Amino acid sequence: MSQRHPVLTMTAISKIFPGVRALDGVDFRLFPGEVHALMGENGAGKSTLIKVLTGVYGTDAGTVTLDGARVSFTGPMQATAAGVSTVYQEVNLLPNLSVAENIFIGREPRRLGVVDWRAMRRRATELLARIDLHIDVTELLGSYSLAVQQMVAIARAVDVRARVLILDEPTSSLDADEVAQLLRIMRQLRDDGIAILFVTHFLDQVYGIADRITVLRNGRLVGEWPTAELPQLALVEKMIGKELDALESIDADAGNDPEAVAAGPPLVTAEGLGRTGSVAPFSLTIHQGEVVGLAGLLGSGRTEVARLFFGADRADQGQLTVDGTPTTIRNPVAAIDRNIAFCSENRRTEGLVGELTVRENIILAMQAARGWLRPVPRRRQDELVQRWIEALSIRPANPDLPVRNLSGGNQQKVLLARWLITEPRLLILDEPTRGIDIGAKTEIQRLVVKLADGGMAVLFISAELEEVLRLSHRVAVMRDRQMVTQLTNDDTLDADRVMNAIASGGHEEGAPA
Amino acid sequence: MSTLRSRLPAVTGHRLFWPLVVLVLLIAANTVYRPSFLSVELKNGHLYGSLVDILRLSAPLILVALGMSLVIATGGIDLSVGSVVAVSGAVACLYISKQPDQNSLGGVVTALALAFGVALLLGVWNGTLVAVIGIQPIIATLILMVAGRGLAQLVTQGQIITVNSDPYRTIGVGHLVGLPFAIIVALAVTLLVAVLTRRTALGMIIEAVGGNAEASRLAGVRARRITLLVYVVSAACAGIAGFMMTANVSSADGNAAGLWVELDAILAVVIGGTSLAGGRFYLGGTIVGALLIQTLTTSVYAMSIDPQTALLFKAVVVIVVCLIQAPAFRARLRRRAATPTPPTTPAEQQKEQVPA
Ligand SMILES: Nc1ncnc2c1ncn2[C@@H]1O[C@H](COP(=O)(O)OP(=O)(O)OP(=O)(O)O)[C@@H](O)[C@H]1O
Ligand SMILES: [Mg+2]
Repeated sequence: MSQRHPVLTMTAISKIFPGVRALDGVDFRLFPGEVHALMGENGAGKSTLIKVLTGVYGTDAGTVTLDGARVSFTGPMQATAAGVSTVYQEVNLLPNLSVAENIFIGREPRRLGVVDWRAMRRRATELLARIDLHIDVTELLGSYSLAVQQMVAIARAVDVRARVLILDEPTSSLDADEVAQLLRIMRQLRDDGIAILFVTHFLDQVYGIADRITVLRNGRLVGEWPTAELPQLALVEKMIGKELDALESIDADAGNDPEAVAAGPPLVTAEGLGRTGSVAPFSLTIHQGEVVGLAGLLGSGRTEVARLFFGADRADQGQLTVDGTPTTIRNPVAAIDRNIAFCSENRRTEGLVGELTVRENIILAMQAARGWLRPVPRRRQDELVQRWIEALSIRPANPDLPVRNLSGGNQQKVLLARWLITEPRLLILDEPTRGIDIGAKTEIQRLVVKLADGGMAVLFISAELEEVLRLSHRVAVMRDRQMVTQLTNDDTLDADRVMNAIASGGHEEGAPA
Repeated sequence: MSTLRSRLPAVTGHRLFWPLVVLVLLIAANTVYRPSFLSVELKNGHLYGSLVDILRLSAPLILVALGMSLVIATGGIDLSVGSVVAVSGAVACLYISKQPDQNSLGGVVTALALAFGVALLLGVWNGTLVAVIGIQPIIATLILMVAGRGLAQLVTQGQIITVNSDPYRTIGVGHLVGLPFAIIVALAVTLLVAVLTRRTALGMIIEAVGGNAEASRLAGVRARRITLLVYVVSAACAGIAGFMMTANVSSADGNAAGLWVELDAILAVVIGGTSLAGGRFYLGGTIVGALLIQTLTTSVYAMSIDPQTALLFKAVVVIVVCLIQAPAFRARLRRRAATPTPPTTPAEQQKEQVPA
């Protein structure tokens, strides 16, 4: 392996944003036919390194060579043309165009000079079928879930047939099945000699596929190792820069006893709640202090259930009861009035206002509930914002930065903080740990347990089944937009049983009664 | 750290640096052309001079542009302000002209209240089309832009209504504490809008809606009310501007009053640094923008540039201002001007928008 020349070399790269040294003399190299994992905590500089490489940002110092020749791309288009294909952390396709158009934009199949729409549709369908995604490619991209959009972005990047493929947290909202698909494709491309740069916070994926690991911390290079020479524990220590025991995992059966909370007072009850074309009628009760997990595959209707509870979509059948009083929740304002909060999975389009500051984003929901005539006093803002910046270790810890300047994981924490300061009684979390590093993830999980202990009800959605099982008292299983069963999370419940329930549509075989 | 060298880019990089430079250049050019341009005199306790005139004539544009800033911040646009100017001016003048004593203060106040009410109604109409019915702002306000002219014609019955009312004239050309009355009104409205948006949470909420409408909705913002409100504010500002414009000439012409003011207002807002895409808005910038546009218009007349080239001249200046403000253009200039030594300027703005 040492005989080969790297296809890509980055030397002494520095990038300074006003007030932040995002990269400081970082070296990085990528060999053909390898999967190279770029690791680091939230804000370590991974995405910035990628954007410097593809010319989204200019560098302040350092050089990039591709195939031995020095390059300096002026933008992603030029990088793509030179054979560097990238899936950015936030899906940045065009929601107003069809799936097929998104895949072929800029390289549309043509016949006699005009776009051959039929060929485009056919090839798009084929391409997606290869990664087991069977959707209507003429539909607008925006009408699909984030996970589907992520798959489409990957399909597009892979189809470009680049020499270098860059994937910045491509799996953050994918389920186990899609992840497996993606890893399979990555292996195949690697074997074809393509160099792959892979960013993820999932260690098992790193150890499942990466040949080599580079670790960044606070914008500096920590080092580069062959995967086999860097055990998992050592990797985490390199990333966080300290001994691991500070990061003990949360107690599996911390928190309330599932039986006890289920016997407690119900907070929200849905009876036959549903919405045509979105999710079939379901009934679900969430008790005070209870964490209810939603499990299911991509497109099974988890997010849709959450949106009905919050009034993000309006239910067209069924009844919702909050605190024993039947209510209809027609819109988010009504839900927030009843102390329900919803942290969307799609932080960019449904969560944050990128231009506004961290502070403004954190107080937005609270301010909206008070009405614009009663601004949250500055001192109270400072107090709340400071408290949550510390509690969630949002970095940089500057409340007056525009939130879009934060790294992906830190943006996610800001969104979480927005809802936590409203002190909701029912907190709906749709993929709250998406893109969050392992340290902060444990922090957030611990927080959820603590909040539930304090009496808050939580509806928890995550593509990571393990996480759902660790936190939930009860797991509601979704399949094909139906809630097929609800399982109490006692000692006997494990991932296999949940997967079985998903596969069999709720008819458990051989499971204990 | 804060040497002049490292501070310089912070100054030249400021949103308002180039508009202010152009404004100063314009004033300088005027002074060269006519040295008395800068002189301000005190006559009968009132200030007179070209600069004072420019301020006075800017007043209606400032008002319209203030309202426009809020509309644009929500991601909308209000093309109907010119028509609202015409309608409110026409209603006020018609009412006054029907008075037995046109100089009666009571009559004028009633006329203003009536016309202001009509302007508010027009604002509610715009806001309803946009916020409740969901028509795209450019189309929704285009309707009133066209229909409003018709409405103004209807009010004036196709005539130019002239009034002979001293109290009404005061709004356009009168003085108060030495300053032109119009300037004081513009100042007062500016303060009011600033307090309304920045002392309450309205400004932030408007910016949230303009920055990301869906995220704001999911955060519990009542986006409809906010949208409706900004169109009403915009129409209210245009209504007052209508009084000033018609009072200036003591007559209401349904056809000509406020013609093209929407374009000047949009330009003023954009020059002031507010993006047409919505989000952050800058009232101070808008005012500088309005002053720049008005100075430009006045210069064109004062230097007796012939009307055919006048518009072209105006267009060129506006294009230059917009260009030097555009980050992409500046990045290109900087790269071209890059000397062999590495640049000492701080990191250049991101070239392309690929969030996080
Ligand atoms: N456009 C920008 N303007 C200012 N600062 C920025 C900008 N983009 C990134 N930063 C800062 O640079 C640092 C590195 O951010 P980057 O997005 O590279 O982190 P990351 O390693 O990708 O983190 P994550 O795992 O959360 O995605 C952070 O401190 C971030 O706040
Ligand atoms: Mg990142």
